[in-house]
Amino acid sequence: MSITSTAERAPLGQRMKRFMSDYPLVPLLILLAILILVLQMLSPGIVNQRWIANTVKFAIPLALLAGCQTMTMLTGGIDLSVGTAATMAAFIVATQAVDNPAPVAMMIALIPAVLIGFANGIGVGVFRVHPLIMTLGTSLIGVGCLQVYQRTVIASGAKVPDFLIWLGTGVTGGFPNALLLFIPVAALLLFIQKRTGFGRLLYAIGDNERATRLAGVKYWQVILALYMFSSVLAGIMGLLYMGLIRAPSLSLAEPLVLPSVAAAVIGGTSIFGGRGSYTGTIVGALILTVLTTLLTILQMPEGARRILFGAIILLVTAAYLRIIEDR
Amino acid sequence: MMRLLRQQGWVVGLLALFVVLLVVAKLIQPSYGAGDFGSLVRAVLPYAFAVAAQTVVVIAGGIDLSVAAMMALTSVTAASMMHGASEEYALLVVPFVLALGFGLGALNGALIVFSRVPDIVVTLATLFMLQGAALLVLNAPGGGSAEWLRNLIIGTVPIPGLPDDVTSWFPKALLLLVVLLCVVWIPLKRSRLGLSIYAIGSNQLAAFRSGVPVARTKILAYAFGGLFGAMGGLSLTMSTGIGAPIPGPYLMASVAAVVLGGVVLGGGKGGLLGPIIAVFVLRLARTILTLLAIDPNVTAIVEGTILVAVVMFGAFIAMRSRSR
Repeated sequence: MSITSTAERAPLGQRMKRFMSDYPLVPLLILLAILILVLQMLSPGIVNQRWIANTVKFAIPLALLAGCQTMTMLTGGIDLSVGTAATMAAFIVATQAVDNPAPVAMMIALIPAVLIGFANGIGVGVFRVHPLIMTLGTSLIGVGCLQVYQRTVIASGAKVPDFLIWLGTGVTGGFPNALLLFIPVAALLLFIQKRTGFGRLLYAIGDNERATRLAGVKYWQVILALYMFSSVLAGIMGLLYMGLIRAPSLSLAEPLVLPSVAAAVIGGTSIFGGRGSYTGTIVGALILTVLTTLLTILQMPEGARRILFGAIILLVTAAYLRIIEDR
Repeated sequence: MMRLLRQQGWVVGLLALFVVLLVVAKLIQPSYGAGDFGSLVRAVLPYAFAVAAQTVVVIAGGIDLSVAAMMALTSVTAASMMHGASEEYALLVVPFVLALGFGLGALNGALIVFSRVPDIVVTLATLFMLQGAALLVLNAPGGGSAEWLRNLIIGTVPIPGLPDDVTSWFPKALLLLVVLLCVVWIPLKRSRLGLSIYAIGSNQLAAFRSGVPVARTKILAYAFGGLFGAMGGLSLTMSTGIGAPIPGPYLMASVAAVVLGGVVLGGGKGGLLGPIIAVFVLRLARTILTLLAIDPNVTAIVEGTILVAVVMFGAFIAMRSRSR
């Protein structure tokens, strides 16, 4: 009796695995639905239109940062300097907007992001430093620069451009205005990943870097473009986040770095490269935002939340490794 | 003699660089003396242990991103246990914290071995978990430290028969550092386990085929890394008298010093002496920048740039040696 049941169960497990690796979105959406259901049960009536708009509003910055991680992870890399790039952009726009018109301030604010991306790209692409170490190093330098910059503008005060506040916090007809920025960006990311040669090169490098180089791809050019793109995206996210939080600080976006990695990993992007898509990452960001609300309601301390995020990254990575090995 | 010089050429060069920097410091500020050297050593202490932790792991072919978080966790654990407790109680706290570091390091290694996820991902995940645990132990800087523990690194070693201005160049902190590193590292390196650590770092497959227990060796290498990390955490509590749950800049500094000290990222080569001298060189360079009256925030930028440049250089060397 028990023998037949295990014989039946094994192929079912195989099929489940196969299904999950083919359609990673389905289990993710189920997980999201379960989380919302639990939330509704814990504090009935919390899930309404306003709550949904609010959740989306806070998930968008996270999803943008996770977009940086998705793109870099496709090549087997990671970008830990996104928090610094975003924070620098946010802080600089708030201080420069005092004297300059908003568009000029935003342009100035994106310069450091471009520089950080350039340094990352050179370090990873040309010198072959591990991306994790390289981006950690540039983010240290960036924080130092920001502190020096802060001393020079401490007297001038700060002002967040009205446009960014409208974009970050405004809600029109139940839809957050931030969607106006997010939908085109998400479409662009998906277009790059699925339809352009550059996107295919990213997957190719993540799959087999040596083979890609032997096929004649200029590795360092792709990597340089990738890390600059990632940094600029982080800078844009910083501008949006400034409009949402409205209080400049020197560690504005840092708390989002870890969740951004977690969102990309949960969304099915392999940290080893070659697998993943931005659609999954968006759902991953939503899951994490709902999860954060849930943990806040349960009054879980910040420390426990970090432990949980670390465990999620480890568990999901190990699980994906098993699925890939079986195929 | 020549053979020794050739083998240790890199270390000797670093030592010469250190002496040159000392002379530069003396030239910039003629009053730079024994007292300043003592405070340099005290400042180096946590860095040196972080570097030792990283060195063991890198020689075994891995990398430990969680080293700074490990130090934060062990530091707050020690500080919160010793807070308001008696002096004798601290005698129990120290071995407990060291064992905690050893255990958590072993856990790092075990996770890597059994999940088969690469080192860099696992230790990134444990970095966050240890950080979270540190916040749970103490969510703001606080706690305390036993008086005798703090006195261990304050002052100089009295050596009978030598005049004061000579002994003043031997701070207690230096003695503590040398003794602790030697007590752990020399027996480790001479043992069968030490040989296995070098073997799996050099070529894991070859080591496995020659009968080296790869899994056990890797776990133990991370455990010793954790032990050194715990020492670093204790030294943080010793020098500040409290514990802070936010990890310091030890990760980047440890990787840079390991690379500068002649240990190849990728494993199997190098010793502990080089990285330790390298960390002294890096700290002294920072002191010199401070002596030049450069804004401390600018110093942070320069330091970060040096670290990144060193790591880039190291990666370049590793790439060259791989392609040959």
